[in-house]
Order: sequence, then structure tokens, then C-alpha cells
Amino acid sequence: MTVLLIVEQVLNGLQYGVMLFLMAAGLTLVFGIMNLVNLAHGSLYMVGAYLATFFYTQTGSFLLAALLALPATLVVGIVVELVALRTLYERDHLDQVLATFGLILFFNELVAIVWGRSALYTTLPAWLSGHVVVLPGLRYSVYRALVILVGLAVAILLWLVVSRTRLGMLIRAGASNRTMLSALGVNVTLLYTVVFGFGAALAGLAGLMAGPIYAVQTGMGEQILIQVFVVIVIGGIGSIRGALVGAILVGMVDTFGVFVKPMLGTVLSPVAADSAGPAIASMLIYLLMAVVLALRPQGLFPTRAS
Amino acid sequence: MGEVLLEVRDLVKSFGGLIATHHVSLDVLAGETCAVIGPNGAGKTTLIGQLAGDLVPDAGSIRFGGADVTALRAPARSRRGIARSFQITSVFRDFTALDNVALAVQAHAGSSFRFWRPARRDRALRDPALEILESVGLGARADVLAASLAHGEQRQLEIAMALATRPRLLLLDEPVAGMGAEETQQMIRFLGTLKERHTIVLVEHDMDAVFTLADRISVMVYGRIIATGAPDEIRANEEVRRAYLGEDAVV
Amino acid sequence: MSLATRARPAAMALGLVALAAVPVLASVLDQPFYVDLFRRVMIFAVAALSLDVILGYGGMVSFGHAAYLGIGAYAVGVTTYHGVSNGYAQWALAIVASMVVALAIGAISIRTSGVYFIMITLAFTQMLYYLGISIEEYGGDDGMRLATKSQFPGVLDIGNPAAFYYVVLGILVLFLYLAHRLVNARFGMVIRATKSNEPRARAVGFSPYPYKLIAFAVAGGMCGLAGALLVNQTEYLTPEFMHWTRSGEIMFMVILGGMGTLVGPVVGALVFLLLEQVLSAWTEHWQIILGPFLVLVVLFARRGLWGLLPPGAGRNG
Repeated sequence: MTVLLIVEQVLNGLQYGVMLFLMAAGLTLVFGIMNLVNLAHGSLYMVGAYLATFFYTQTGSFLLAALLALPATLVVGIVVELVALRTLYERDHLDQVLATFGLILFFNELVAIVWGRSALYTTLPAWLSGHVVVLPGLRYSVYRALVILVGLAVAILLWLVVSRTRLGMLIRAGASNRTMLSALGVNVTLLYTVVFGFGAALAGLAGLMAGPIYAVQTGMGEQILIQVFVVIVIGGIGSIRGALVGAILVGMVDTFGVFVKPMLGTVLSPVAADSAGPAIASMLIYLLMAVVLALRPQGLFPTRAS
Repeated sequence: MGEVLLEVRDLVKSFGGLIATHHVSLDVLAGETCAVIGPNGAGKTTLIGQLAGDLVPDAGSIRFGGADVTALRAPARSRRGIARSFQITSVFRDFTALDNVALAVQAHAGSSFRFWRPARRDRALRDPALEILESVGLGARADVLAASLAHGEQRQLEIAMALATRPRLLLLDEPVAGMGAEETQQMIRFLGTLKERHTIVLVEHDMDAVFTLADRISVMVYGRIIATGAPDEIRANEEVRRAYLGEDAVV
Repeated sequence: MSLATRARPAAMALGLVALAAVPVLASVLDQPFYVDLFRRVMIFAVAALSLDVILGYGGMVSFGHAAYLGIGAYAVGVTTYHGVSNGYAQWALAIVASMVVALAIGAISIRTSGVYFIMITLAFTQMLYYLGISIEEYGGDDGMRLATKSQFPGVLDIGNPAAFYYVVLGILVLFLYLAHRLVNARFGMVIRATKSNEPRARAVGFSPYPYKLIAFAVAGGMCGLAGALLVNQTEYLTPEFMHWTRSGEIMFMVILGGMGTLVGPVVGALVFLLLEQVLSAWTEHWQIILGPFLVLVVLFARRGLWGLLPPGAGRNG
């Protein structure tokens, strides 16, 4: 019984981890290559979730909605890059943080105007709402299993792109040495737009997959964004591998927070465990971050010399 | 010339696959001016960085004044008496020239955990700072923002800041880089007066400066010191000519 | 002395007189609401000023300053909940607790720099926010009403709006003066030099870490008192004080007014909150205007409003 519960939580942790990874991969690339701190990355996640929900209610097909929402988010991302972010590459981090904070306020309010402030919930189509038997006695949501598979597939695809293609070569070169890119005669402006659009699409993918699991509401982007920051800080900025490891770690730790209360219950009184349990569970990933930083200030997979 | 002030043994530093410092050993005697020359990319600035404590060597040791300072970082080495100037001018740009030097004085005037008295009206900082600024010829420019000083003046300011720390050893990384002929001559004359009172490690491309100032010269190529000797010996050294002087042919 | 170099002192004096006159004018005009509004402005001015000490003078881009606002507020709220409402004790606790937390967060985050520092300060504040939400005893998500305001028996009653107003004004002026001493003293010169050029500061012999850490803690303590004032102002304790957008707003106040000046954050808090007041009265969706406005300020008005006035000769702040 407990073993099954643990396996189920591992799957949940993996599911949350791959979503964090989709977000972290785009963010860490954008930072590694453009040296841009983009707080509005969470807004793209939110936009992806809203657009997918919108297209789903319009078309009635979940798959079609996903296929429409993905390029739509990519377009939104590219427009944001062209209009606002492009001018920020040369600015310092403070300017980037504040300007992208302004973008967040804008997007959150825009979404509230268009779709209202109350959360939207999606009902899954029949073919996704069932369960699969993972182990004897353990049934797991088809949809969550699909999220894990898609996430892992994207991770593999991303690894192939970064390690095997010319684009990937440029990305790696850019992450470690930006001046080298222009020396190579690369159209840097175009590369930046492509990478940013790429990151936006990944965030949109995470968002559209999140729709049926979590509530789709204004501000949802920042909730995950800050956890993605934790992922990146743990993994090391600019490192895709670090993003993957960090995301799975954070996903697991966050999910296993549910065990804190029963575990405390074995040493503390039930009342004390009841009040301390949730408090500690909510702080776990940040404590993990603090521990990693204390041991390795540059994260687990540092990309640059200090 | 006195005893050995700086003693570098088997220093190694590499970045990724690139070996910037390859088993470098170097002795600097108290009172002498020791120049390190070599083509671009030879690892001279990396060497200075390790001597100043900005870079941590991978292996080897640095002894200063008889004590092992290898593990000390830049601020601690500065307090022991190692001062540096940077290859690319590095000053507090949004402070006045006098502020810049006063900050250097302050760093060596006990704890800075003083929260009340205005530092800019502190005679104990301002007076010595002004004196040093005048000694490098910038007295009249004391209240000008460092960013507004001419390039040559900024380089002088850097040396003034180094002097304000009352160093026992000056590390000068290309002090005449980017200067015009006139300014260069002025700077060489000024360094000539410094040389009387200070021990100096000088990294420089300008051969005029090197052969005017140096008591001894070490030649660095691809991270190694290939020759060390008096200026005349270096001038006559075949290997040095082939590896370095031949290319530039400035001597 | 030209007219221009007197622009800032003149504006400061005018501003101070105007702030002092608010309760009088409000009672003459029978608009008590303005006492509340401008008291709120001054409380946020204290918070923004404290952030400016580390951001504008120390170069530390902390995106988690609302944490200390929250800790100060909880220090008052929690003690009141447990029956202690002595104002001296509560406010002292607000300052000390905020400083301690700032020391802990600073000890970890100041070892890093740049974008790490931004993300870490943001993340730790989010941690405290979730902590606030998860403690049901103190109202959790919903927060709880403050049963009584901080008590200063026999000295003053901050239940009186005007009295509370002048207490806040007094604290603001005091903190402006303290910050002025701090940033111009030897200590302040170290953090400013480090902001200007850290490798240079290290090369002349400063070890920046302890100075930055103490500055970070001092700023945390100042902001903690602002939190104690804020919860007395709203009479309601909620984790929302620590919401990450609050950190962004405080930072925006600093930039809007002019960072690296002491009066700038006060001007920024004033303009920001008045703007919020006007816009939110006009439309519920006022943030759709605020967001792009923020972007424009960052892109085109870096020096802030106070920065538009010519500085006095050779002086800062």
C-alpha cells in the first residue's frame, strides 16, 4: 500500500518536474544566450494555458486546440520579443526585471479583461480521462502519464537539437561566449528571436498541458515561474542538463511534501504536526535551494567560470 | 637590492583546455623593478591576476615577504601590501578623483564599520589622499569625476590609488597602454621616480618603457617564462629574439 | 550657488511642509481620507527608502524586499493575537526579526551575484509568503484582523489618525536622516564603491561581503518597521504583504523616484500610490495601464523624477 503510494507520488513528482523543465529550459537558454532575465516567461505559460482552453471550447477537440495554441503562443512570444524585449538586451538586470515585471502586470490584466478573474477548468475528453494500470493495484491518470511522456520526449528532442544541429551549436557557443557569435558571422538578431520563440513555445506547451491539471487563472504564470527560478538556481544558469536535473529534483521534493505531515506525526503530537506539516512542506524546495547554494553557489552544473 | 620580496614557485593556471600559466617561477627582490614581457596572449595578465589574488592558481605557491599568500584573495593581499593597476583602466567612475584615492586610503585605515561621520569630511582620509593625488600630478583635478578625466589621467589616478594603499609591491599591468607618445614619456618619467622608492612588477608592451625602467626582465611565451635576465642579456638572447622580439622588431 | 543647485533643497523643504500640513488641510476640508492616503504613502516611502539603501547605493537588486514588510507586519499581528500589544516591544520585534531574517537570506544570496541574487531573493520571499499562507492559526490565506493597534500607553494613541500620521512622518524624517548619515559615512562609501566597481574595491583592499551583508540587514530592519506601521494602518494582517508583486512595486517606487538618492524613493512612493489611487478609481483594470507605464519609465526615464532636478554641487542624496 505504502509502496504504491510512493510510486504514485514519484509519478506525480515526475509529471510536475517535466513541466518545470519545459519552463526552465526556455528561460535558462534565453538567459544563457541573451543575458536576459525574463520574468514574463510565466506570462507565456499563462497565455498558452488560456489559448488552449479557449481553442478547446471553440473547436471541441483537445488535440486541435493544442495544435493551435502552440503556434499562437509562439507568435505572442515573438511579438513580445520584437516590441519590448529586444531593447532590453543591452540593459542591466535591474531594467530587465522591472520592464518584464511591467509586462506581467499587463498580461495578467489583459487576461482578466478577456476571460474574467475567476479560474477556468477544463474537462478532459474521454480518451484522456481514463486511467492506466502502471503496477498491479496502481492506476494512474492517462493524461498525467501523457504529460510525462511528452515532457520526456521534448527533453530528448531538445538534447538532440542542442547537441547535434547547427542551431544547437550556435546556442552552445552563445551560452558560453556571446561575442564569438558575431565573430562567426551569425545573424545574432535573428538567432535571438528564434531562441526566444523557441522558449516561448516550450512555455506555451507547459501551459497548455497544465490547463486540465491546475486551474487556469490570471497570475498562474508567476506561481510556477518562481519555482522555475529555484530550478535554475539549483541547476546552474544556462545549463539545459542542470535545468532537467533541477526540475526533477524540485518536482519530486515538492510532491513529497505531502509526506511531511504524517512523518512529523510520528514524532510530534497530531496538533503540532497538523500546523507544522503544511508550513514545512511549503518551504521544502526553497530550503533545498538554500542547501544547494550553500554547497555550490554556482548551482549543480555551472556553465561559466566564476 | 635586498632580499627576495616575492617568491613565485611552479604556478599553474588553465582555463578549460588553455594553459595560461605553465609552471611559472619568479623571484622579485625588494627594491627592484622586474618587467614581464611577451607577445599578446602569453599569459601576462593572468599572471598578474594570480599575484594580486583575483585568480586562484591551480597549483604552485606565492610567498610574499616570507609568508605564504597563495590562499589569500585580493582584499587580503592588498592589506598585506600588494597593490595593482589594471590593464583596462579600472577606477570608481562616478566618484571624484579625490574620492577614488580617499577610498583607497580608507581601505587601509582600519575598519570601515563606521556609520556616522561623513567620510568626505574626514581629514584623516582626505589629507593623505590629496597629497598622493598631487604627487602624481592630479592635484588640480581632485574634484573632477573620474569618468570625466582624460585617459592618461585615469591611468595616473589608478597608480595614485595603488600608492594610497602604501604598497610594498606594485603590480602594474600595461601602465602606458593606449597613451599617446607625449603622455607615454611623461608616464615613463613618473614611473622612473616611483622606481626609486618601490618594488615593481611591470607588465608592458612598450619596449621603451621596459628597457628604461626594468632592472631585470622575464620573457613569457605561451604561459612559460623562457628567459630572465638583465636588459642587455635579454636583448642579446637568441631564443627571445626568435620567440618574441623578432616579430615586433621594436628594439 | 545658482538657483539650480538649490532646486533639490527647496523641493525637499516644500515637500516636508506639505506633508506636515496634510492632517490640518484634511480636517479643514473635512476629507479624513487624505490622512490615511498620505500616511500610506509615507509608510511605503520608508520601505522604498530602505530598498534604495541596498539597491541604489549598494547595487544589490533585491527582488524580495516585501519579505521584511511581511515580517514586520507579522511581528505586530502575531504578538497582538497572543495578547501582547505593547507598541515598543512590537516595533522593536518587527525591526529585530526582520534584521535576523535579512541576515540569513543575505548570508546566502550575497555570496552570489547578478541574476542569481535576483532569483534567490525572490524565491526566499515566496517561501515566506507560502509560509504565511500555510499557518492556519494566523489566518492562513485569508489573513486576520488586527484586534488592537500597537499601544503606547500614556505617550500617544495611534488610534488617533492625525497622531499616527505624525508618528509615521517622524519616522520617515528620522530614517531619511539616518540613511543620509549611513550612506555618507565610511560604511556607506564602501558599499557605494563596491556598487561602482567591485573588482576595484577588492583591489584597494575592501572585502565587500560583510559590508553588503550589514547593509542588507539594516535595510531589512528599516523595512520591518514599515511593515509594523503598515499593519497598524490596514488593521489587517495578510500574507499579501509579502506577495512578490509587492516587492516589484517597491522596486518600481525606487526607480520611479530616482534610485541612489534619498528623496527619490519618497517621491516614487508618492507618485506610484497617487497614480494607483487615480487609475483604480477610474478602472478596475488599472494595471493594464500601470504595466506599460512601468516599461516606458524603465526604457526612457532611468534617472527617475528626482533625478530630473539638478543635483546640488558635489553632494549626494
